[in-house]
Amino acid sequence: MEFIDALINILNSTIRVSVPLLLACLAGLYSERAGVFDIGLEGKMLAGAFAGAAAAAVFASAWIGLLVAVLVSIGMALVHGFASITHRGNQIVSGVAINFIAAGSTIILGQAWFQQGGRTPSLPPEARFGAINLPGADALRDVPVIGQLYSGLLSGHSLLTYVAFLAVPFTWWVLFRTRFGLRLRAVGENPAAVDTAGISVAWLRYRAVICTGILTGLAGSYMALAQNAGFVKDMTAGRGYIALAALIFAKWKPVPAMFACLLFGFLDALSIRLQGSPLPVIGKVPVQLMQALPYVLTVILLAGFIGKAIPPRAGGVPYVKER
Amino acid sequence: MAEAAIELIGINKSFGAVRANRDIALEIPRGTIHGIIGENGAGKSTLMSILYGFYQADSGEIRVNGKPTAIKTPNDAIAAGIGMVHQHFMLVENFSVLENVILGAEGEALLNRSISKARSELRRLEQEYGLEVDPDALIEELPVGLQQRVEILKALYRGAEILILDEPTGVLTPAEADHLFRILQQLKEQGKTVVLITHKLREIMAITDNVSVMRQGTMVATRKTSETTVEELAELMVGRRVLLRVEKGEASPGDVKLSVKNLTVKDSRGVTMVDDVSFDIRAGEIVGIAGVAGNGQSELMEAVSGIRKAVSGTVMLDGKPIDLTGQADPGELRDRGLAHVPEDRHHVGLVLAFDESENSILGYHDKPQYLKGPFLNLDAIQKDAQEKIEKYDIRPANPKLKTANFSGGNQQKIVLAREIEQDPGVLIVGQPTRGVDVGAIEFIHKRLIAMRDQGKAVLLISVELDEIRSLSDRILVMFAGRIVGERGPETSEGELGLLMAGVEHKEAAE
Repeated sequence: MEFIDALINILNSTIRVSVPLLLACLAGLYSERAGVFDIGLEGKMLAGAFAGAAAAAVFASAWIGLLVAVLVSIGMALVHGFASITHRGNQIVSGVAINFIAAGSTIILGQAWFQQGGRTPSLPPEARFGAINLPGADALRDVPVIGQLYSGLLSGHSLLTYVAFLAVPFTWWVLFRTRFGLRLRAVGENPAAVDTAGISVAWLRYRAVICTGILTGLAGSYMALAQNAGFVKDMTAGRGYIALAALIFAKWKPVPAMFACLLFGFLDALSIRLQGSPLPVIGKVPVQLMQALPYVLTVILLAGFIGKAIPPRAGGVPYVKER
Repeated sequence: MAEAAIELIGINKSFGAVRANRDIALEIPRGTIHGIIGENGAGKSTLMSILYGFYQADSGEIRVNGKPTAIKTPNDAIAAGIGMVHQHFMLVENFSVLENVILGAEGEALLNRSISKARSELRRLEQEYGLEVDPDALIEELPVGLQQRVEILKALYRGAEILILDEPTGVLTPAEADHLFRILQQLKEQGKTVVLITHKLREIMAITDNVSVMRQGTMVATRKTSETTVEELAELMVGRRVLLRVEKGEASPGDVKLSVKNLTVKDSRGVTMVDDVSFDIRAGEIVGIAGVAGNGQSELMEAVSGIRKAVSGTVMLDGKPIDLTGQADPGELRDRGLAHVPEDRHHVGLVLAFDESENSILGYHDKPQYLKGPFLNLDAIQKDAQEKIEKYDIRPANPKLKTANFSGGNQQKIVLAREIEQDPGVLIVGQPTRGVDVGAIEFIHKRLIAMRDQGKAVLLISVELDEIRSLSDRILVMFAGRIVGERGPETSEGELGLLMAGVEHKEAAE
């Protein structure tokens, strides 16, 4: 019984830490599948988290917070698009610039507006996305295993968590069952084929980065409005990069992306769980080592276990009509 | 004369200072196959790109079926019934045939119905024109001939009545090219208009009804194919008389320079590509290896150049063995006087992002004449590149220009200049004139003959039978990895063709 409880506990926190990874990872998937590399997921998430928290604090509404987060994140995605699609700039440089702008401006604006050292005010419950109890969760709580899983694991998450996981099949459907998805995948592989088929490469790629903006906005909102109660400086703490790693690990496919994010989330949750508790055989392990574990494993997994990850062929290359 | 499917009036197009098209007038009668020839850079592709809406003309008018039509985007061209098969296929490699065909012509936002509609439409086109291809195959798994068929299907699926093909046979084997021509004939019989851009005169003569010649951005002549000759067309293209067959004296072979014994090579899948091949090349002779592409010539050439691992056998250069483990030091082989002009100049012969001058010393950059202490002697390199440019008539004559900006023929001259000017004893050349225009072919052929006359040994590998026959002193025919015969240069094309097809080989085996 205790084991089940512990397991549910750790899986539950796996889900919680996976959500921002998953949203950011899917965000990156849209952009990179369209041939625009996006190292700026981190920055867009951070900007979204800050904008969402600030708006939610001012208007005392989680929904307005979400809306503003998404709009700001789309705005930054469009800056990246403008630099890399319209002006054919270097996508890595543009992405890094987005990250710097987000890291700096969130602190400066936060301090200027709220005078709390770059934080936003702590949000009251009505300005956050609270836990949703699925129907019957309370009644089933005492049913062994199945009931526990249902009420302890599936129920009790915020709206954005469910959105994130529903976004996985939705993204798959968009990518492989719609005209937009077909064109999106095509433009990431061979934009010239798209161009000669009479489709605008630039407009298609802009739509892809807008999708990226929406999803990073959701990821930021989740962190500031659901997982926490407000914005804290640098709160994304590299999740945008882990999401990118997960994207590569998943070879740019939506369902594997979900499993990759859950794996990274699980490692993260495990490291939190194991902090301070002695391990069998090894004994007590320094906290820092446990904290480093997810990253170390990330490196090992990416280096050794994924086989050949072939990125979209036109990824990172601005499209220029050849003469 | 039938009504014109396409009429171009006064088309002008400039790229910066370069006038790619000047005052072009052209009429293409409906239901014909119309050839457009010209050297690389003559403006053929630009003109067709204007017709397909890829570029816009600076001035001029396009009429489709007699109606003035504004073609600003490929969409406009598709709507006007114009389809184009590009030289470099516009296909998404990891998509299926079906997905490629519907891309941009899906019809509705969800794919289910468009895919099933395309499937039945493809079946219809397949029956009508003999364009068989598995609709669910991935493009990257198809041979180029079939990929090209997908391009044609794409155009027909969009309802194209006028089909433009840009250098369609450059990547095809002779058999695939023949098949393509049959398909084009069929399209013509069904009333479609076909525009064929090429610089291969034989194709023009074989298949077109009319032919227009372009030179330096202008349309110099239009002829009925039946009323012209290869010689006239070549002269119109180049602007002077061209020798289609180089003149050469008798060979005077000397000592054996390169000796290949019982060479066997397997490819990465473990398939035997070169099977127990032996031959010698002497100083002062050109030995040509003929064969249909894919019969082991490429592997043979790579093994002899020390690039590819051989399973067994020996290769002696001036009596001393070459390392056949695939680990040979190319620099050492160059020092021993072996030069190699690879078949694929883009991937193996050149770094396209480099300046012309950098490519013109690549591989020889550690020779003392290009160095100043540990550094490159840039002045010497520039001077050296300038000399090669003049000697080989490489255009534009700018050693600082990025190599990617040179035309195929000039890129090939850069590679040849680099290898020949190092004065090697043995030169191995693969497909020296692939994608090269008539004027440059003549030049390259003369160079190779000159090498021979200076007493060098030349190993020539080419899928162009004409080239093999006009240059070689001895012809070895390869089929299925073996040398199935040795013939003299006067051997008829028919006889060589039979050998290349393995006919005699099979008979001998029985």
